[in-house]
Amino acid sequence: MNPDYRPYHPKWHRTPIPIFWWVRKRAYLKFTARELTSLFVAYSAVLLMVHVRAAGGSEEAYERFISWLQSPLVVALHVVVFIALLCHTVTWLNLAPKAMVIRLGGRRLPDAAIVLGHYAAWLSVSGLLAWVLVGT
Amino acid sequence: MPDTVTLEVQRYRPEEETGPAWQRYEVPFRPEWMVLDALNYIKDHLDGTLSYRWACRMGVCGSCGMLVNGEPVLTCATYLEELPHGSIRVEPLRGFPVIRDLIFDLTDFLNKLKRVSPWLVRKKEQPVADGEYRQTPDQLAEYKQYSMCINCMLCYSACPIYELEPEFIGPAAIALAQRYNHDSRDEGVQARMDVLSQHDGIWACTFVGECSAVCPTNVDPAAAIQRYKLSATLDWVKSTVLPWGKR
Repeated sequence: MNPDYRPYHPKWHRTPIPIFWWVRKRAYLKFTARELTSLFVAYSAVLLMVHVRAAGGSEEAYERFISWLQSPLVVALHVVVFIALLCHTVTWLNLAPKAMVIRLGGRRLPDAAIVLGHYAAWLSVSGLLAWVLVGT
Repeated sequence: MPDTVTLEVQRYRPEEETGPAWQRYEVPFRPEWMVLDALNYIKDHLDGTLSYRWACRMGVCGSCGMLVNGEPVLTCATYLEELPHGSIRVEPLRGFPVIRDLIFDLTDFLNKLKRVSPWLVRKKEQPVADGEYRQTPDQLAEYKQYSMCINCMLCYSACPIYELEPEFIGPAAIALAQRYNHDSRDEGVQARMDVLSQHDGIWACTFVGECSAVCPTNVDPAAAIQRYKLSATLDWVKSTVLPWGKR
């Protein structure tokens, strides 16, 4: 018998959420891994700001920053960051049709067209930036 | 093919136990049986005290949702044959307070559902003499997908956010809000937006996407929420950033 039970008074049971809920299912693990790639996005944004600040400072400070960027450990870190950013971007763009419903001539644009449009925009902006940074 | 299959069922008898306990039942294995048929066999032949909900037995009423081997499913639509051989674990849906055995409490969902006004909101009803509110097939297609929701709660059970932040309005209620938002006869979009643009509404969703993966009627609540986020953002841009876009 449960001594706390009172007849005609519901006694609900609530299962506590385990701290490792995110390993319960492969989908949760994938979701958590993707969420963690956001940290790398934040890191790259900060790195960009530091880079811009260094470029605006003295030549000596800029050289120091560039040589830090070229150190093997930082290069290795940035390869990992780059892979994480790619994963973040690709998964983001692939999910775009979930949020967007575009109609052209009364017909709904297929999901693939929305995804391709996003990739085209991404590549165009990246190409333009590459041209500005490298080509000029 | 085995002759029998073992069902491990989570029991919770509040008058007897302080917490849930597992009970094993050996039931005949029949390829045409669903998990619900096995539970009904237990109820009819082995243990009449086992409590669970069911009604239509054909995936329409949405009352027999349970966790089977950890997955939220409708037990009336899950064949015993489809499950790995060995014992089958049956638990109440995750994320809800359990009343008894496999029965959980739905009050939280029902309160949240009411908040999104899941009915046709009209500023002014037209007189009956004016006839029906007519719709074209295209207008019907706009919301039909969301109208397939059977309130089975599988999406809530699959959503870790609902478990972590119980104030989250949740996938089905938001999908049902969209069902009326996209209905050409409805005029309650703004009232629902005021409710759902709060922190416990659409913005609590982090797009895990499992709500759509488990939905037995392909409502795709995850898409409904993301579409809502986009329209809420555009709404905010129009009313805040663009001075001429103010409502």
